[in-house]
Amino acid sequence: MSESNGGGPLLQIEHLKQYFPVASGLLVHRTVGHVHAVDDVSFDLDEGQTLGLVGESGCGKTTLSRSLLRLIEPTEGSIAFQGQDVTHMSMRKLRPLRSEMQMVFQDPFASLNPRKRVVQIVGAPLTLHGVSKGEIADRVRELLDRVGLQAEHMNRFPHEFSGGQRQRIGIARALALEPKLIVLDEPVSALDVSVQAQIINLLDDIQDDLGLTYLFVAHDLSVVRHVSDRIAVMYLGKLMEVSPAEELYTKPIHPYTEALLGAVPVPDPRENRARKRVAVTGEPPNPIDPPSGCVFHTRCPHATDVCREVEPPLARYANGHLAACHHPQQVSSDEIRAVERSDQSPLSAGEELPQAS
Amino acid sequence: MSGGEPILDVRNLRVSFSTEEGDVQAVDGVSFQLRPGEVLAVVGESGSGKSVTAMTLMGLTRSPNARFEGTAQFRDTELVNATDDELRQIRGAQIAMIFQDPMTSLNPVQRVGDQIMEQITAHGEIPEAQARTQAVEMLDRVGIPRAAERARSYPHEFSGGMRQRAMIAMAVSCEPDVLIADEPTTALDVTIQAQILQQIAQLREDAGVGVILVTHDLGVVADVADRIAVMYAGQIVERGTVDEIFYDPQHPYTWGLLGSITRVDRDRPGRLPAIGGVPPSLANPPEGCRFRPRCPHAFEPCTQVPDLEQRGASGSGHVDRCFLSAQDKPRLREVDGQVGLTTGSPSA
Amino acid sequence: MTRFVTRRLVQMVVVMFAVSVLTFLIFNVIPNGDPAVRMAGKVPTETNIEAIRQEWGFDENIFVQYGTTMKKVFTGDLRSYFTQLDVDEEIVKGIPRTFSLAIGAALLWMAVAVAFGLYSAMRAGRFADRFLTITALVGISMPVFWIGALMNYYLGFKLGWFPNGGYVEFTTDPVGWFTHLILPWTALAILFIGFYSRVLRSNVLDTLNEDYVRTARAKGLSERQVMVRHVLRNSLIPIVSLWGLDFGAVLGGGAILTESVFDLQGVGQYAADSIGQLDVPPVLAVTLFGAFFIVALNTVVDIVYGFLDPRIRVQ
Repeated sequence: MSESNGGGPLLQIEHLKQYFPVASGLLVHRTVGHVHAVDDVSFDLDEGQTLGLVGESGCGKTTLSRSLLRLIEPTEGSIAFQGQDVTHMSMRKLRPLRSEMQMVFQDPFASLNPRKRVVQIVGAPLTLHGVSKGEIADRVRELLDRVGLQAEHMNRFPHEFSGGQRQRIGIARALALEPKLIVLDEPVSALDVSVQAQIINLLDDIQDDLGLTYLFVAHDLSVVRHVSDRIAVMYLGKLMEVSPAEELYTKPIHPYTEALLGAVPVPDPRENRARKRVAVTGEPPNPIDPPSGCVFHTRCPHATDVCREVEPPLARYANGHLAACHHPQQVSSDEIRAVERSDQSPLSAGEELPQAS
Repeated sequence: MSGGEPILDVRNLRVSFSTEEGDVQAVDGVSFQLRPGEVLAVVGESGSGKSVTAMTLMGLTRSPNARFEGTAQFRDTELVNATDDELRQIRGAQIAMIFQDPMTSLNPVQRVGDQIMEQITAHGEIPEAQARTQAVEMLDRVGIPRAAERARSYPHEFSGGMRQRAMIAMAVSCEPDVLIADEPTTALDVTIQAQILQQIAQLREDAGVGVILVTHDLGVVADVADRIAVMYAGQIVERGTVDEIFYDPQHPYTWGLLGSITRVDRDRPGRLPAIGGVPPSLANPPEGCRFRPRCPHAFEPCTQVPDLEQRGASGSGHVDRCFLSAQDKPRLREVDGQVGLTTGSPSA
Repeated sequence: MTRFVTRRLVQMVVVMFAVSVLTFLIFNVIPNGDPAVRMAGKVPTETNIEAIRQEWGFDENIFVQYGTTMKKVFTGDLRSYFTQLDVDEEIVKGIPRTFSLAIGAALLWMAVAVAFGLYSAMRAGRFADRFLTITALVGISMPVFWIGALMNYYLGFKLGWFPNGGYVEFTTDPVGWFTHLILPWTALAILFIGFYSRVLRSNVLDTLNEDYVRTARAKGLSERQVMVRHVLRNSLIPIVSLWGLDFGAVLGGGAILTESVFDLQGVGQYAADSIGQLDVPPVLAVTLFGAFFIVALNTVVDIVYGFLDPRIRVQ
């Protein structure tokens, strides 16, 4: 599938950390602590695949998406794109690679410059990469057509469009340089339900047509189910579970995933009435001072002593399903015995793998 | 638990705003009733008029360029034409409202406890010490830990979920009969959303409060609502009990909404049955049925505006605005075995 | 909260130090030529110049010079070579006059600006608003020396309604003190009223659209309660820091033109006169005096802001 790096993953993240300093002090700002926004996350993304990255606010998914595009400088760890280590690459060397990785943002109202016309917005990446003016107009027309807009929209301003249409413009802009990877940061959360469906369908279509790879960041588990091949669940900067998409919903191993799924209301009254829901109590802890051991233990109904003391490693179950938990749910004793430690485990994690009881 | 005489009876409510583009008819003939202890969900997307309807009941849309018609009878008072004084007495004390974004809906420079106290003292001569105790008690009742201490905090020191709880505490502190919740969980995480919905459900159980829940999220609706009114382009296009709407929907827009929801509990369909096109301009609504330009099943009668009436077989309260026959509807509303709107090209 | 206050006070000291260094450099070091000659004034004599050079240490290195200069300023050992008067004494004499002008004008301009701004916002788009807007713009555009001179001439000299300039001690004659200050207060306030009422109007209009104002109405509060407790209070907060700067400047003798036109003999006028005579020691002292008040007021305002807006304290 990928010729450039001999069939390896398109994107490879290893032990990525993003810490933000917290300053204090009377005159000179001393760093008194760090916000552990992303705390040792590793994953691979193969070409043509979609990885859904899910979690609630403060889990670090947005920070992670920005980190891997080098929009913020990672604190530690490595990012490899097409086999090349881009973690600390100079801006000059990074420039040609930037055209291969693009981003679509959440807020269709804030991510388009209100004073520029659509042709300027969508054509901006092309201008930056030295494409001639005449060619730009043609290319923009092509792109608008691909995202379901008309050529006559080229000369209008963002405020003349609806939310869904603006998001299409954002997508057209991301496609301008024919990237391989598109990072989508909650691209449909701000849209109405019927418009969400249109945009999801569009993203599906262009992925097939153009062979794109997506990192789809979202907080909505139901949207992610629809678009992803694999899904990663984050909480307080760490990966809780990584699973093939369908299996996450039929067989959630981590208690946090269970809780998330249980909390999502289902648009089916009878099922809602019948459903037994495990409520998650309390609030997420402070990311400046994360809990010891497993970061979810303060809210987990299954927490025991080992959870408070030892950070669970990411254990590999059947089907490439990973979970970081001392008390995995929905797995048989045989499956637990067969488990292995994944090398995507955080370096700070303990050695103990879950034991069959 | 719920039922009995309606406490709120809205008839033919119409709200228009004069803007630079002309007169915008934001709400065009909306009628519904609310009974004690009942949750009525008003569902619609942006531009449907659901928020304007809710805010008009509280008189919050009154402005020099707004025109109102119709009535909203709340006990002895008619709300649409009520005087400012009458409204003021009702707001907070008998009808309370919570809004979408709890961060901006609370005064950032006033302590949370003080804001709740302000609500309590607005409707009665209550000594400060007593109001303070009551405020703390309210915070405790909505599940805020260490309520006495937290009452002295400012809104930015609370998390999103706690802020919304504080808003609920404030809204029910005077024990209103009706609570209007305008997208109360849209800005919150899903686990917090579940907690807040539980809070609201609790209210109706304990105090028999009637709730009008304005939302675009059909999942939330399936969880807590008793009855649903679906709004499109300023009109109610379908109204019925929650089971009727979900299991026997009569209007193509409802089918479209149900079909375009991504679900956590079902396998993914090959393609999401989306509703084509965009919502109509309210300054220049289409002739006849408002949904006609986007409806794949539009046919000849649709050039007339359909009245809201019962056409199907289920309950007498189940009404809709669609000329399609009761026999055709069950057949047309299935796409790939599920309720949805076919993506065939719409006529006209 | 104490950390916040301490932090601000420490910053104030640092800023004052920086200001003193800058002032020193501007007056004594940077300009071309012999500082001693400059200081000796318009008619320098050889003995004078030599004496000055000794006294101020202009032969010494720059650090000693700075030390000497600051020592002279702070111990009150500054004398104008032109008027032979002790600079510190002159400043002290001028303080009650400058302060009277500043405080009275500040209270006046705030009261009127808030009234105008609030009314304008409440009647936004209508005649009253447009009228007040024009008035404000006119007020901002009229130079204070012009309006001051006009008021003095017509209302004071010609019509005799008000005294014709000058200042009366409060302790001698309170009524006289008051009547002598009415015109200067008004002249100085007009400019600020124009400016502040516009800013307040804009703040109020923004605040009226805030969600929490909607919540306040939904709670059943009376319109007055909503306007005062939620709208006005929140709209005034940003104005506090503006006011600190302006008030500090006027306190520190910044109202040079107003003082001069009305002959109040305050610190500002003293500065104006000294500048006219190119008399360096007073100008040096007044600069530091003014800077001190601006920095001090700024710090006070920062601290007050922290009380008013709890979100600021978090920083």
